[in-house]
Amino acid sequence: MMKNYDGEIIRKLEIMAVKIRKKIIKMLYRAKSGHPGGSLSTVDAIVALYFLYMNHNPKNPNDSNRDRFILSKGHAAPALYATLAELGYFSHVELNNLRNMNCMLQGHPACLCTPGIEASTGSLGHGLSFANGVALAAKLDKKDYKTYVMLGDGETNEGQIWEAAAAASHYKLDNVTAFIDRNFLQIDGNTEKIMRLESIRDRWSSFGWNVIEIDGHDIKKILEALDEADGNYNSPTVIILNTIKGKGVSFMENNVDFHGVPPNEMEYNLAIEELDTLQKKLEASI
Amino acid sequence: MVNPRNAYGQKLVELGKKYSNLVVLDADLSKSTKTILFAKEFPDRFFEMGIAEANMISTAAGLASCGKIAFASTFAVFATGRVYDQIRMDVAYSKSNVKIFATHGGISVGKDGASHQMIEDIALMRVLPNMTVIAPSDAVQTGKIVELMVENDGPMYARIGRADAPIIYEENNLQNLKLGEGLIVEDGADITIIACGTMVDSALDAQKTLKSKGIDTRIVDMHTIKPIDKKLIIKCAKETGSIITAEEHSIIGGLGSAVAETLMDNNISIKFLRMGINDRFCESGDPKDLLEKYGLNQKHMVKNVINLIRN
Ligand SMILES: Cc1ncc(C[n+]2csc(CCOP(=O)(O)OP(=O)(O)O)c2C)c(N)n1
Ligand SMILES: [Mg+2]
Repeated sequence: MMKNYDGEIIRKLEIMAVKIRKKIIKMLYRAKSGHPGGSLSTVDAIVALYFLYMNHNPKNPNDSNRDRFILSKGHAAPALYATLAELGYFSHVELNNLRNMNCMLQGHPACLCTPGIEASTGSLGHGLSFANGVALAAKLDKKDYKTYVMLGDGETNEGQIWEAAAAASHYKLDNVTAFIDRNFLQIDGNTEKIMRLESIRDRWSSFGWNVIEIDGHDIKKILEALDEADGNYNSPTVIILNTIKGKGVSFMENNVDFHGVPPNEMEYNLAIEELDTLQKKLEASI
Repeated sequence: MVNPRNAYGQKLVELGKKYSNLVVLDADLSKSTKTILFAKEFPDRFFEMGIAEANMISTAAGLASCGKIAFASTFAVFATGRVYDQIRMDVAYSKSNVKIFATHGGISVGKDGASHQMIEDIALMRVLPNMTVIAPSDAVQTGKIVELMVENDGPMYARIGRADAPIIYEENNLQNLKLGEGLIVEDGADITIIACGTMVDSALDAQKTLKSKGIDTRIVDMHTIKPIDKKLIIKCAKETGSIITAEEHSIIGGLGSAVAETLMDNNISIKFLRMGINDRFCESGDPKDLLEKYGLNQKHMVKNVINLIRN
């Protein structure tokens, strides 16, 4: 089952992740509003899924056999929008109009507005239940597509997440894989001070889930974890991604002040400079 | 321009000193709702519930059942729709002394988009027996309303917007403010605009423009949508002949509906128009542009007044 991901493939995905991060910064700077921290922390998993792992077709976003990705933490929409644009679901030009009136890219994902968006999110806590529904439909229809869902760690405060966790396990939804973006921050501060989540591992495994915990910025590890989830039968898998909120931009990293505040001009220039440097370094190493 | 959210947070601190049984709960939005001010001053009486609104509401009801005055705050969209059954059972049916104080109501939330633009909350709360529903119009009135919410027993829902708002009142204008009694902010004889929340200031702007066109408009600030001030509505209908309602809310179930019901119930047939969001979800965008596109600014009010009077 385990595939061997060679160095160059991984390096290319890492470069793509930096490009997506730059796009996120640009979009948020132009929109003068939005959520940098939680967008940047999810990028590597989204890149691994969309650029390599998932079976999907930008030319046919409604293909009934496609794998599904549901961004339950909807405020990270810029990460998904940048990825979908890069893959050709819609024009890059749309990215310039994030959050603008009469435009396609809503502040939070809206399935009726944007090609490639599976579920309208932004009110936290719904995505895992929605994913379960999609996965139950797959079983009914004897289809072998997979359903992936990205949850915030703070988001798992919601009771509905645990209702869904019980249901996925009860129905043995081995075609559901949940990610938890474990960046230890929500809005009011550190997750453990707001409403303790630890031990996350024990909580999910006691609900009957197959639990994998990895460095959420290591694309190779993410792909290996997805393979492991793929080979797991009769229970759903949760991949705990240990991440850094604001990953990739030094002054945004682990900084709760950048949860929902876009960069100003100086911060924008600085962020792009840092990401450019990183991109060059990665490109030089191929 | 002052932000009503700050007025809310500051008033909680002030009242926290006076009422040792005042407690505050929030759901990971204390920096936005400004309950953080109370949290800093009274850490023991502030409960951070995390992103778990349903739990917050029922917990508030439990606290209230033991004599606490429990304020629960989050964005309007999460404070009502998300927790409707908790409010219905534990707050309204039980007549709990829970004060749900919501921020970020209406479409002027702006760029976060339709998911965050709550335009159904007044309707949802209004339909609940025992519930008082309030939408203050500026920072000064917000402070006074918070006082009244503390002084008066029972379930209450109040919603303010996200943005800074022009100051309409001086504190001593509002000394006699009562829940359930609307205010005539500007008197007029030709037509009445009955507004609540952010729309009161727009109505005052429209009133000036209309005056220059020779139309004498009465402006009513209907801060309490339930119980609605029936006497004042009937008086305005009789004295000015026409009524327009304005709210940053769906035209279904909110202030406009409450006024229409009052008129019909009293066999009053007049020229009447409801301004609000026309039964649709809106979209991301700059608040000003959205209010223009969806017909909720002073320009639209002026146009609507002229049309209604002339036709
Ligand atoms: C039901 C609901 N309550 C509150 C919010 C407001 N809100 C948006 S993001 C956020 C914090 C999310 O924290 P987390 O899930 O950890 O996301 P991340 O750290 O990845 O940004 C909150 C409270 C919301 N969007 N939905
Ligand atoms: Mg987090």
